[in-house]
Amino acid sequence: MLKGRLRKDRIARHYMLTVTILSMFVLVLIGVGLLVKSLPIIQEKGLWTLVSTSNWRPFKGDFGFASYIVSTLYVTGIAISIALPLSLLTSIYIIEYASPKILRAFSSVVDLLSGIPPVIYGVWGTLTIVPFISETLAPHFVEFSTGYSALAGGVVLAIMIIPLIISILMEVFGAVPKEMREASMSLGATKWQTVKKVVVRKSIPGIVAAVVLAISRAFGETIAVLMVCGNFTDLPKSIFDACYPLPALIANNYGEMMSVPKYESALMFAAFLLFFIIVVFNVISRIVLIQIDKRYQL
Amino acid sequence: MEILTETLIKVQPKQTRSSKPGCDKPHIEVEKLNLYIQDNHILKNISLSIPDKSITCIIGPSGCGKTTLLRTFNRLHDDNVDVRITGKLFVDCEDIYAKDAEVTHIRKKMGLLAQRPCSLPMSILDNVVYGPRLHGIRGKHKLHEIAYHQLSAVGLWDEVKDRLKSPASKLSIGQQQRLCLARGLAVEPDIILGDEATSALDPISSKTIEELFVSLKDKYTIVLVTHTLRQAKRIADYVAFMYMGELIEFGTADQVFNNPKHKLTQEYISGGFS
Repeated sequence: MLKGRLRKDRIARHYMLTVTILSMFVLVLIGVGLLVKSLPIIQEKGLWTLVSTSNWRPFKGDFGFASYIVSTLYVTGIAISIALPLSLLTSIYIIEYASPKILRAFSSVVDLLSGIPPVIYGVWGTLTIVPFISETLAPHFVEFSTGYSALAGGVVLAIMIIPLIISILMEVFGAVPKEMREASMSLGATKWQTVKKVVVRKSIPGIVAAVVLAISRAFGETIAVLMVCGNFTDLPKSIFDACYPLPALIANNYGEMMSVPKYESALMFAAFLLFFIIVVFNVISRIVLIQIDKRYQL
Repeated sequence: MEILTETLIKVQPKQTRSSKPGCDKPHIEVEKLNLYIQDNHILKNISLSIPDKSITCIIGPSGCGKTTLLRTFNRLHDDNVDVRITGKLFVDCEDIYAKDAEVTHIRKKMGLLAQRPCSLPMSILDNVVYGPRLHGIRGKHKLHEIAYHQLSAVGLWDEVKDRLKSPASKLSIGQQQRLCLARGLAVEPDIILGDEATSALDPISSKTIEELFVSLKDKYTIVLVTHTLRQAKRIADYVAFMYMGELIEFGTADQVFNNPKHKLTQEYISGGFS
């Protein structure tokens, strides 16, 4: 009887261990797979030439990824700099100031927002954000803009990641002990002082984690960005210029024009680049989090 | 010569604090206070006048409302929308539950010591000067002086003087509680509130805190909620006994412990229930 139970226990443990290792192995598999597929073009052009030039003429055999990399970083940067302050203020209001009724209502709205398919955000962006930029906003700054731009991509992306950041931040702020707020308030701090100096401070690791997650999501977001950012291969000079992020490049071209030599390998390299950027970004942020924890022991 | 100084001391009028000019009431006076949480009547018609510059212990069985009462003193129920309060509570003659009462300056008059020490997520130094900074005191030298003064007052200075910049959460729990006391004292309150401030501490740390309370009572009005009767017997000057949300008996420690008027008090003190 006991022997049987022990054996089951052992089997269960080994089984779970295997599954865990397998799922971690998937990460390595993807990385290696992409790298192997993109090796032909890396060997031909050299890694540095690929990432540092921006000439993209597949028919002549020119593959420069600089403008795609820059576009990806550009759109993501715009998105996070719009989304972070808005989400911070919203989640602080919801957790610290709003009544429980509003909190409940708002939580379900946030869940709903994050459930809307990206393509809907894309359509909505095309219908509203793009004309707004080309007709109202851009004329103040540049001579001409179609509206399909890095800014449009950034704004749509921001709107998409805001619910994600808010729902994480609400958890993070909610986890700050009530006693800590009371300790601050009983010293005569106003609510705002308490939020600023205690709640947000205590939540810094959580805020960093939320941002990391949102940026990782933003790097990879494809369809909604593709619909509004113009998909024009050139280094964007201002936020009103069209741009062409890596995921859009892959989605637009994969499966077509495979007759061009090295084209598939080039797209695989694009996928590898995206993969690499996200992995490096996650590793860096993990290191930052550990450092924060070491230094402040929040 | 000795006689002269003695008369001098006698002639000196009882020191009145600048914080309550023209106020002849004690720091805390409760008048017919009722507190409801949703429809539950938690505090029932409590009237109590807490003597200045002494230690008042609020005792009573679990759930009798003693912590709830203590928290009304600095309006910590404000954020709970389910709580409704009627009656009056005067702090330095100001009704703090009046509609136009402003809460931060009331809270500044009281240092609160919670059940578990709650250090703020910053360095030891920043914890102590958190209050003064809030209220506009600037300058490294000045703040450092305050930290030295208050940390010495709670006997923590020698233990932490070499690591003022390290996180407060690194301190032991007993040290953290003393740090919290120093932090409370740094806003120069008149009143210290303690909500079972020693219940999470080891015996030696709680003895230190108790001794601190006794040494501080010349300068501060101290109100402690405790459910260890022995602690109340050791340090209380006045004792309030609560039961089921009502204030059953209030008097000097000597009178309540040795000659309780009410039958319930008698039973509680003799260990009939807890």
